[in-house]
Amino acid sequence: MKVIKSLKLAVVALAASCLTLAASAQDNTLLGAGSTFAYPLFSKMFSQYTASKVNYQSIGSGGGILQLTNKTVDFGDSDAPLNADQTAKMSAPVLHIPMTSGAVVVTYNVPGVAGGLNLSGKDLADIYLGKITNWNSPEIKDANKGVNIPSMPIVVIHRSDGSGTSFIFTDYLTKVNPDWASKVGKASAVNWPAGLGGKGSEGVAGLVKNTPGAIGYVELAYAKQNNMPFANIQNKSGKYITPTLEATTLASNVAIPSDTKVSITNTDNPKGYPIASFTWALIYKEQNYSSRSKERATALLKLLWWNIHQGQADCAALNYAPLSKAAVKAAEAVLKSATYDGKAIL
Amino acid sequence: MSILLVLIILGVLATLILESMPSIKALGIGFLWGKIWDPVQNIYGAYPFLVGTLLTSFIALIISIPFSYAIAIYLGEYNPKGWLSDLLKNTIELIAAVPSIIYGFWGLFVLVPIIRTFEMKIGVAPYGIGVFTSSLILAVMIIPYAASLGITLIRMVPSPLKEGAYALGATRYEVIKSVIMPYTRSGLFAGVLLSLGRALGETMAVTMLIGNTSAVADSLNNAIFGPGNTMASVIANEFTEADHTEYLSALIELGLVLFFVTVVINLIGKRIITKFTNN
Repeated sequence: MKVIKSLKLAVVALAASCLTLAASAQDNTLLGAGSTFAYPLFSKMFSQYTASKVNYQSIGSGGGILQLTNKTVDFGDSDAPLNADQTAKMSAPVLHIPMTSGAVVVTYNVPGVAGGLNLSGKDLADIYLGKITNWNSPEIKDANKGVNIPSMPIVVIHRSDGSGTSFIFTDYLTKVNPDWASKVGKASAVNWPAGLGGKGSEGVAGLVKNTPGAIGYVELAYAKQNNMPFANIQNKSGKYITPTLEATTLASNVAIPSDTKVSITNTDNPKGYPIASFTWALIYKEQNYSSRSKERATALLKLLWWNIHQGQADCAALNYAPLSKAAVKAAEAVLKSATYDGKAIL
Repeated sequence: MSILLVLIILGVLATLILESMPSIKALGIGFLWGKIWDPVQNIYGAYPFLVGTLLTSFIALIISIPFSYAIAIYLGEYNPKGWLSDLLKNTIELIAAVPSIIYGFWGLFVLVPIIRTFEMKIGVAPYGIGVFTSSLILAVMIIPYAASLGITLIRMVPSPLKEGAYALGATRYEVIKSVIMPYTRSGLFAGVLLSLGRALGETMAVTMLIGNTSAVADSLNNAIFGPGNTMASVIANEFTEADHTEYLSALIELGLVLFFVTVVINLIGKRIITKFTNN
């Protein structure tokens, strides 16, 4: 009996604590959900931001968009801008605010070849199309004079799960190779014409490490943390660019449209790394919905304002590329366009 | 309580049908044998995944049956008591308790290099991962289901039956062959069915090892040793980022197909069990 009684007590206590938690979340904690890519950066930023508490759940870009559509969070975060279908499902206009930028690097496992192999975008797409099948092929050799590349079949590795990383990568391939654009296209999951799929960055990394002759793609931060070799990619100006945080930031230092929904892959900037993208925070333009208070709307806007200014200092240590000047300026304008009852908040 | 379970199953079925309506309307029955899965152009076909699911499950079953039957007979009849028997039985049950992601990682880092060497020796494309590798891991994962049911059943064979056979001068092998096996046949088969059900739905370990390609294999070698994909792993891989209605609906329809495959296989199994028992 005693045990049952104490069990009951425990259950009641647990339920009560859950209730109070939920209540406090209602009061002042800002809720966010979305991209897993941005999660490490966000958790660092939000732990330093003192003006309000933030609860961010990294459930994936698609999930974040869905949560925002259902109005269960204050902001979503996505590695790709909303597509037409997603925009249509939103009940009101949504703003895109760039938070940081990230690069996708091409990693490989070619015995005897260290990092720094040169690859052009067109050849990269041809490899992923299954047209270039050997490391020793003339296209790769021409770009790497003086490097002794063994004759070895290329094993193509891609992400098997839908992911923002795949979106950025296929977006780039679509821009640089017309064949890829017509046969495959860009999406977070596509019909891969060749190769093996690994689940998650760790799945791709595991396959590449284990398979001689493999080529794969992961985020820059992941490759750096795991000491993986990566290739220099030829950008629009014909230069081979080593993926670094600086080169990624430079990729976004171009003319950015007022809604910031821009793909910065294959950047015009001659010093920019070509496979880069923003991750965007998503909020409703009109902040007075579902009986939200003006204080809450203001707190949210202030948080995002802090993110694109002071918060950017956290980027480099975590291997994210800080926003470029052009991107910060565009983001400021977008944040200023948010309204409460039709009046600007900031 | 049991009514609640029936309601849950019916509810799952109803939700699956309802949510996959857009895809059923757009693609019709052709969904089942469509060979292309292209979310960008909204073309969806379940055929490669249907084949992948059935292939991995049945290869795993074929690999696992000799082991699970041998274990059941050894621990049920030859060595039913004592520390060795307990140790073996507990170890086998522990196999079922290991999370599937652990099998996935073990497979990726230990089994795959071994399989690659093996594939180079027999002269097929040395991917390492693929249908065969996933089937091997699945076989290990499903052995405990058939084995532990088999152990219990074989131990439950009434002693008078066995003693009668021994009294007639039967050897141990003959007792197993003509008394124990016929007596436990339907139960052993039910165990196999249980493990097949587990193999059909297994997701994580298979996803990590099967290679996740939706292309249809062009030869028998490639179908068995090459990469493939299963319905469960496609759903696990693509569900979170399915970003338009038709896509999401096609994934749910894939779940519906998996549901029906499981039901059909279970029904066939039930028929076989009844037939055995009547004989």
